[in-house]
Amino acid sequence: MSVTHSLVADGLSLAYGERTVIEDLDLVVPPGRITAIVGANACGKSTLLRSMSRLLAPRDGHVLLDGKAVHRFPAKELARTLGLLPQSPIAPEGITVADLVGRGRHPHQGVFTRWRTEDDVAVAAALEATQAVELADRSVDELSGGQRQRVWIAMALAQQTDLLLLDEPTTFLDVSHQIEVLDLLTDLNRARGTTVVMVLHDLNMAARYADHLVALAAGRVHAAGEPGDVLTEECIRAVFGLDSRVIVDPTSGRPLMLPIGRHHMATAAAAG
Amino acid sequence: MSTTLAPAPSTVGAVASGRTRRAARRRVVVVVLAALVVAGFAASLMVGRTFYPPGDVLRVVAGQEVAGASFTVGRLRLPRAVLAVVAGLSFGLAGVTFQTMLRNPLASPDVIGISTGASAAAAFAIVVLGWSGTAVSLTAIVAALGVALLIYGLAFTNGVAGTRLILIGIGVAAMSTSATNYVLSKAGAWGYAEALRWLTGSLNGTTWAVTVPALVALVVLGPVLLSRARELSALQLGDDAASALGVRVERTRVVAIVAAVGLIAFATAACGPIAFVSFLAGPIAARVVGPNGSLLVPAGFVGALLVLLADLIGQFALDTRFPVGVVTGVLGAPYLIYLIVRTNRVGGSL
Repeated sequence: MSVTHSLVADGLSLAYGERTVIEDLDLVVPPGRITAIVGANACGKSTLLRSMSRLLAPRDGHVLLDGKAVHRFPAKELARTLGLLPQSPIAPEGITVADLVGRGRHPHQGVFTRWRTEDDVAVAAALEATQAVELADRSVDELSGGQRQRVWIAMALAQQTDLLLLDEPTTFLDVSHQIEVLDLLTDLNRARGTTVVMVLHDLNMAARYADHLVALAAGRVHAAGEPGDVLTEECIRAVFGLDSRVIVDPTSGRPLMLPIGRHHMATAAAAG
Repeated sequence: MSTTLAPAPSTVGAVASGRTRRAARRRVVVVVLAALVVAGFAASLMVGRTFYPPGDVLRVVAGQEVAGASFTVGRLRLPRAVLAVVAGLSFGLAGVTFQTMLRNPLASPDVIGISTGASAAAAFAIVVLGWSGTAVSLTAIVAALGVALLIYGLAFTNGVAGTRLILIGIGVAAMSTSATNYVLSKAGAWGYAEALRWLTGSLNGTTWAVTVPALVALVVLGPVLLSRARELSALQLGDDAASALGVRVERTRVVAIVAAVGLIAFATAACGPIAFVSFLAGPIAARVVGPNGSLLVPAGFVGALLVLLADLIGQFALDTRFPVGVVTGVLGAPYLIYLIVRTNRVGGSL
């Protein structure tokens, strides 16, 4: 699992019909690290992630996995190297957790291959990693939002990919469940060297958990690098059009963004 | 979080035994369904104005001459019973394919107008053009594909939304039914029973010439659908999730639609759009086998069982003989209403 893969966007342009969403974007995903993509609504974060996992064909440029365009990989071969957890996957009504996690084995199975022991092992490992073993026989319908997200991540883990892309894995979760999911992804990255790329809404969570932060604005990379270098007051103004203060998070030493807002302008100016 | 890759053997054991348990339950249900289909098939050969014991029936099926039974069983009942099974399997397989793919039980080909479209075309070919045999089947296929394309095209705005597709499909179904009515009104000399074949579906007067094309279509297209079972299951998770699992979403969808529409068209050309079999088979199968794993095979068996039972009821349970589609229609309509009420409240899936 410690094989490092390179994932690179090279002069990438993406469009839905006539509407261009990403324009001539270059991006290098550092292998074996956690990358978070942040940006304002509709700046193309999810679109970029979808394209990196072959769900959207580029209008121009390439997404290259180990130097080869992702669109030229056979579908299952790509799915054994690169996994994606989309924003709102659908659990079939009544399906049990173990069976849903087992769906992650699809790229490892042929039309007529039977279920093998290695599939059971992969499902068991995924359930253990996400602390969902005791949920295995429950129906997904009965789970809380946090548990459900853990189960979806378990499905992506059962896929056993070296790269894992996640589209807003913490949306709709309360703060303790957000931390739970992000801690889990960090564990994965540290223990297995899994390259994690995730789109996050919450800048402070992104700065706290990512090794590499990518700020998108208007379909381009505005800044990319270590969170301490990227998450600055200037950057936040440019990317979100928001005045803020950035201080050092006393627990992690990472940058912490405090939005100012219209009603505190005067106080902020006096303090600054 | 363990730092090694290997999970505890007890976890692997629990996962394996849970899976084996669910698979065993599923296997039992599928075997029972298959046995019921065989029993229903046997009953349709034995029961009638004259009762023939299993021995006579078996000898006729084996090709021996049995006085009286050879004609009644061999020429009348056998093609009818075979068509009941073939049509039931075809409607069940095609129905659950659509329902799974569009993630909505209302999206079955009989609700969204594909069967009624095929039926209207078949009635037109027979009544107005005077065609028969393969030409009718081909007309039904072309019409069914045309209707499927029409619904898909009309429902397509930035991707296909399930609800829009279903509402458009219900409209198309109503139009097709009125087209059938119009064609039948042009055929003054036609019997009422023959007209009902194209409106609700009937097995009356089935001959081998009618049954064989539907049987061939099932033998060819059924395995095509079954070979896509895993991909169809993956599509239940949403297009993006399926794609991320290595499923070629568009290719799977095209193959499944063409195969399912082909099954519907051939079966419809033989016996009309037997009401609600496609629509009922998947949800009943889901209820009896549980939610895990593919519903294709169980839904096919449930479809065959529905047609066999409904035909027996229609022929013998009541004073008047009803075509099979009238009986399945009586079963299906309340479920359709229930589902629409429930979908309005919670948003449904299989």
